[in-house]
Amino acid sequence: MLRLPTFTYYRPKTAAEAVRQKLAHGKDAMYVAGGTDLYPNMKRRHQTPLHVISLQDVPGLNTVEVQQDGSVAIGAMCRLSALEVHPHLLLNFGAFAHAVKEISTPLLRNMGTIGGNLLLDTRCTYYDQSHEWRESIDFCMKSKAGSICWVAPGSPRCWAVQSSDTVPVVCAMEAQVELVGPDGTRRIPASELYRDDGIQYLTKRPEELLTRLWLGAPSNWKASYVKLRRRDTFDFPVLGVGACVWTDSYGVVTKANIRLGGAGSYAIPATESEKVLVGQQLTDAVIAAAGEKAMKPARTMDNTDLDVYWRRKVAPVFVARALAACK
Amino acid sequence: MSEPNKVLATFHVNSEPHECAFAPHKTLLEVLREDLDLCGTKHGCELGECGACTVQIDGTPVLSCLYLGLDAVGKQIRTVEGLANGPTLHPLQDAFADLGAAQCGYCTPGILMAAESLLQANPSPSRDEIKQGLAGNLCRCTGYLKIFEAVELAAARMRGEDAEPSKESIYGS
Ligand SMILES: Cc1cc2nc3c(=O)[nH]c(=O)nc-3n(C[C@H](O)[C@H](O)[C@H](O)COP(=O)(O)OP(=O)(O)OC[C@H]3O[C@@H](n4cnc5c(N)ncnc54)[C@H](O)[C@@H]3O)c2cc1C
Ligand code: SF4
Ligand code: FES
Ligand code: FES
Repeated sequence: MLRLPTFTYYRPKTAAEAVRQKLAHGKDAMYVAGGTDLYPNMKRRHQTPLHVISLQDVPGLNTVEVQQDGSVAIGAMCRLSALEVHPHLLLNFGAFAHAVKEISTPLLRNMGTIGGNLLLDTRCTYYDQSHEWRESIDFCMKSKAGSICWVAPGSPRCWAVQSSDTVPVVCAMEAQVELVGPDGTRRIPASELYRDDGIQYLTKRPEELLTRLWLGAPSNWKASYVKLRRRDTFDFPVLGVGACVWTDSYGVVTKANIRLGGAGSYAIPATESEKVLVGQQLTDAVIAAAGEKAMKPARTMDNTDLDVYWRRKVAPVFVARALAACK
Repeated sequence: MSEPNKVLATFHVNSEPHECAFAPHKTLLEVLREDLDLCGTKHGCELGECGACTVQIDGTPVLSCLYLGLDAVGKQIRTVEGLANGPTLHPLQDAFADLGAAQCGYCTPGILMAAESLLQANPSPSRDEIKQGLAGNLCRCTGYLKIFEAVELAAARMRGEDAEPSKESIYGS
């Protein structure tokens, strides 16, 4: 049996109590939601918290609240399988619901939460392995015991890959997240939650709880998500394109956000592709031209499934597909 | 590090209470197999990557290898041991046997539990819906086709239709 390390388990009844417990134990404690990322990581000894704080009893995190204007506040503890069939999300936030449905498997989506998905650990072929496997290569920088990066041995940083399916699309849609810490509640753009580093991939303070995801009201925008992976189930994205395009009444693009997931340690903006679109209509030629500009920002490294050069080469195709779905 | 003290709790498995003492960091899979001697639920990858350990909790299929035993206390747990009604097999079990949908059989308990949940929610699933419903369960033997056919056959029988497997399914064409 591949067993969990031992730990003390808490199920606090309020968000404040959860934050207090985390502060009391500092680095020795971790939050858990569905556990589908944390428990496999603990079994492989990536993380060995002495205290695990489950958020399942914290009230109010399990609902999708539809506001008057059609915007939604999604509780962090909502199960992915509940979100993928939610009528309001399917109707108004189809790209988000689609990205949720692309995650892992139906069994894992019955357990995994949206909060856990937004905070998913970064991944790497040299890291997501058993303890023995990693020991045999003397670990790497992302483990406490290692110091080198096996993907880029000269590199001072870790290039582990952003692997959540929802992150590229919520960042493109300019969604916001609500964080609760000891000093109260704050709301920030989802894209500000992430940083370009495989180890310190989040900007939030460790004790801050993610409580809600806010998706802005339906308006003159359209979003999409397109995922590349080997199998149509189980597999993490090795490229995941989230796009959101705003148009005026003539169909001319007024703003565009394109985010490349699975291509770096955060969902990388394809800025040059976005520039091609603004002021244009989404014709096939414009879409193809915007796609071409996505090759450069796709900083794929040889640390996921599928060939590294090919993954870069198809970035334009996947960006074009995502844009065509925004027409 | 020393082993933590065991905790005492009552699990509701297949509509029966089972009291047991278990280490609090154990997964439900470990509690079922090691503390309750219910070895029908299989352990494969133990990392969420195969579905062999699928059980139902309050009717929903989940992976017992990533579910804490502690979190299952107070919930209704259903395992493959609870599918048959006394000596009468569940229609899914019958259909799997009739069509050879189990070869080595290692994936079968998990697939049966996922398929049973699917048929509870959707008595007439299309082939595509069956594929979606079983997309978290790997089988290294059958190539899946016989599994899909067996779920279809069981679904038809559970709807009260007088369904028999096609000769091609049993003898090949
Ligand atoms: C075989 C397999 C395949 C997978 N495939 C995919 C895939 O294709 N795409 C994909 O995106 N994911 C995939 N996953 C990862 C995972 O299942 C999902 O990302 C899931 O949504 C994680 O949510 P969770 O609630 O289980 O997270 P947890 O494991 O509970 O938590 C993840 C992390 O977030 C922290 N955390 C969780 N909730 C909060 C909160 N509210 N506030 C503060 N911190 C919090 C935890 O401390 C932990 O560090 C896969 C996992 C497995 C095992
Ligand atoms: S990118 Fe380098 S440091 Fe980061 S996990 Fe992979 S091998 Fe380790
Ligand atoms: S043993 Fe649980 S998914 Fe493989
Ligand atoms: S019958 Fe052998 S794994 Fe499915």
